[in-house]
Amino acid sequence: MADAPEHAPKAAAPTGPVEPPPPADAAVPGYITSLQNGVPGSVTQLSLYLGDWTVIVPASHLLQAGRYLRDNAACAFDYLSDLTATDWPPRTTEGRFDVVYMLYSTRHRHRVRLKVKLGEDQPLASVTGLWPAANWLEREVFDMFGVNFTGHPDRRRILMPEDWQGHPQRKDYPLEGPGELLMENPLDWLKLRQAREEADIE
Amino acid sequence: MTTNAFEAATVHGEMFDTNELVINMGPQHPSTHGVLRVVLRLDGEKVVDAEVVIGYLHRGIEKLSENRNWTQIILLTDRMDYVAAATSNVGYCETVEKLMAIEVPRRAKYIRTILMELQRIASHCLWVGTHAMDIGAMTVFLYAFRERELILDLFEEFCGARLTYNSMRIGGLPLDIPPGWDKKVLAFCDIMDGKIDEYETLLTHNRIWLERTKGVGVISGAEATALGLCGPALRGSGVARDVRKDEPYSAYAEMDFDIPVGVQGDTYDRYLVRMEEFRQSLRIIRQATQGIPEGPIVGKVPRLIKPAAGETYHAIESPKGELGYFIVSDGKSTNPYRFRVRPPSFCNLQALPRLVRGHLVADVVALIGSIDIVLGEVDR
Amino acid sequence: MIDTFIIPTLKILIVLNATLVGVSYMTLLERKVIAWAQSRLGPMRVGPQGVLQPIADAVKLILKEDITPSKADKWVFTAAPVISMVPALIVYAVIPFGPVVRLFGRDVSLYITDVNVGLLYIVSVASVGVYGIILAGYASNSKFPLLASLRASAQLISYEVAVTLTLVSVILMSGSLSMVSIVNAQYNAHVWFGFVQPVAFVIFVIGSLAETNRAPFDLPEAEQELTGGFHTEYSGMRFALFFLAEYANMIVVSSVATTLFFGGWLRPFPNVAALHFLDVIPSWTWFLIKSFVFLYLFIWIRATLPRYRYDQLMRLGWKVLIPVAILNLVVTGIVKVMLL
Repeated sequence: MADAPEHAPKAAAPTGPVEPPPPADAAVPGYITSLQNGVPGSVTQLSLYLGDWTVIVPASHLLQAGRYLRDNAACAFDYLSDLTATDWPPRTTEGRFDVVYMLYSTRHRHRVRLKVKLGEDQPLASVTGLWPAANWLEREVFDMFGVNFTGHPDRRRILMPEDWQGHPQRKDYPLEGPGELLMENPLDWLKLRQAREEADIE
Repeated sequence: MTTNAFEAATVHGEMFDTNELVINMGPQHPSTHGVLRVVLRLDGEKVVDAEVVIGYLHRGIEKLSENRNWTQIILLTDRMDYVAAATSNVGYCETVEKLMAIEVPRRAKYIRTILMELQRIASHCLWVGTHAMDIGAMTVFLYAFRERELILDLFEEFCGARLTYNSMRIGGLPLDIPPGWDKKVLAFCDIMDGKIDEYETLLTHNRIWLERTKGVGVISGAEATALGLCGPALRGSGVARDVRKDEPYSAYAEMDFDIPVGVQGDTYDRYLVRMEEFRQSLRIIRQATQGIPEGPIVGKVPRLIKPAAGETYHAIESPKGELGYFIVSDGKSTNPYRFRVRPPSFCNLQALPRLVRGHLVADVVALIGSIDIVLGEVDR
Repeated sequence: MIDTFIIPTLKILIVLNATLVGVSYMTLLERKVIAWAQSRLGPMRVGPQGVLQPIADAVKLILKEDITPSKADKWVFTAAPVISMVPALIVYAVIPFGPVVRLFGRDVSLYITDVNVGLLYIVSVASVGVYGIILAGYASNSKFPLLASLRASAQLISYEVAVTLTLVSVILMSGSLSMVSIVNAQYNAHVWFGFVQPVAFVIFVIGSLAETNRAPFDLPEAEQELTGGFHTEYSGMRFALFFLAEYANMIVVSSVATTLFFGGWLRPFPNVAALHFLDVIPSWTWFLIKSFVFLYLFIWIRATLPRYRYDQLMRLGWKVLIPVAILNLVVTGIVKVMLL
């Protein structure tokens, strides 16, 4: 209808992760204060959500912060649980990627999450020297997102074939793959078959 | 980056020495437990280097999950570690329950614990069968699968499926256990005790088994931790790390059990750790089954599952190791924004080149079995 | 004429046919025994309880497409399985199934011939079988079979030394190389050599497991290790010949063990007159029963034990079995001299 009222704008694409800061009365754990003191400038933001502490670290301080967290006796984060990335395409100021490191200490049994906000072509130091576990994990992030890890001993694709173009888990990469049809509905299959049969007849 | 077959067969594209032989244990091989490719560089019979090539079973589960709503993803989690599907289900459901702060009723927690421990036994049965068969003791394979059948029968009674269960829901369980199921579980526990002794009789003190597994693939605790090993592979090296004890979830805080830890970090110790885990799982199942509380099986879950915007990481102990889920919700859509699985088999498998170096070709097969991988989880 | 030509020909025909049928039914026996050990049933469909399975297998293998790799040396490729199989069959010429019996008014010996160097003949002919394996690997012109065949031949040669040393101990006991004399010596000594020479017997059993590429020494042909071993490129009837050669070797080794260590055709306690009623079972049946026990033992071991790695296998052969066999020989010699 011509004069229908403007619909409310559709839910906009999310612009970034929600990182609620810790409430004022939350006790910051010792390892974070130790990191803030030990490597000044490494903690740009803190977040506490559902009992997990997240420390946002600038890309330039990643190696220093990582080394401090691993070697300091009170932190002792000797186990790299996971290394992954999230893609926030609308976030153009800080960089579209969120590279997340889950660290765990087998000695003190505490966890922390490190996050680095990274632009698309911005290089990031590889933590393979600190935690060899990062080897394949970083390969996967490179394969899926195209994050440029410098200093990685074996920077190749891991899950996709060696000569694949594109980085599948970016938000602008189609689910069905480039140049393919997303055939989730069975009716689409029928239509495709009919189209092929008609093409054969012609 | 163009590659030809020649380069693909060499490690990192370097020219290999004419004295060295490059052997490809191709994607199709009786002992690689799935579509795994290992390119070995041999000097005679000794392995100089190994390159592990994966990705043959990559189905894009993580990206697919961004287009499925929260309940549909439970079906996808089944298909990652298809040997222990209920554990993947529970891990995912617990992560979402953490995101939405849903309280799971105690009854559901107990039943989930029973199912996860049954799954641990089933997965270890498959492990012991295939590991022994790769080393040559083929009878253990049949015996272990006979017991796995009993567990799959229990699962079939509960949720109707034998392999990919879809047996959990966010907030609890889809169905309550059928009447008499807990008695069957206890009967199974009694049978299983005797069967574990059978496997041990055939293997644990067998001279040939000891020679094939002792001293093979030794890795120290510190190195294993640095390499990101998890589960029995890490515990075999002396590191007492188990998510069930360190960060208890489900009903594990109320259960009384021990964590077996190895000493040497070789294949034999990893074998002993898993054999003891059989017994500890039976202990947990008995406690849980005898103490199932009454009550509802689903917590208070809104009709439309839409967690508030935020992200979280939650880990559980699957039979293979620490299975973690990192889920980002944007609060607005019915799909997750980012769904990341931390696969224990993936992290364990990257230690294979380090373990294999210096050993003989026959040990490569023993070590792949010792790490216990499932390709569905490695590639997702 | 009859004694020199017709009777030996008949004997050869009977033994050869019985051996070939026995070898093919060995496959069924193995599948059944292993299946029952693994709490399953084995072949059940072809014939009642699967009894016709070997015939079905033979028909399938004969009808299979004959694939020869293009770069393979054709004549050697075809000859290799034959070279493996024939020695196992011709060993039967000297194995005694029974003593001289009275049949149709004639004295017929229940063995094809009694060469007075029977044991030497057996050992030398059986060694020729190794050539078949080496040539199979060489003729396949492919990396894996070549490696596997060299490994297999190294294994066979190493364990032959140990086995031959144990045979020498038996010769010391019996004083003769002729197979019939060895059995007669056991009759005269009132005891089976297996009880007098237990060490030699054990080494013989272990050595023959390795000689016939049976578990726990079957690394050269284990699929899990190097995709099929020396017979990777073979298919159809040639592949069948390799396998039949392995089973034929097993039966040969069982027969030799029976003859040398367990009295051949003698019944238990052959000199005790009170057990005369056991003579209702003919001598060759005793022989077959004892051989069968050994075959069952081989299959049982395969179902139970894991596999040795190649270096452990060679170490066992050279560092354990050969010294022990030499020691046994020395002790036997000393005891024999002292008792005489």
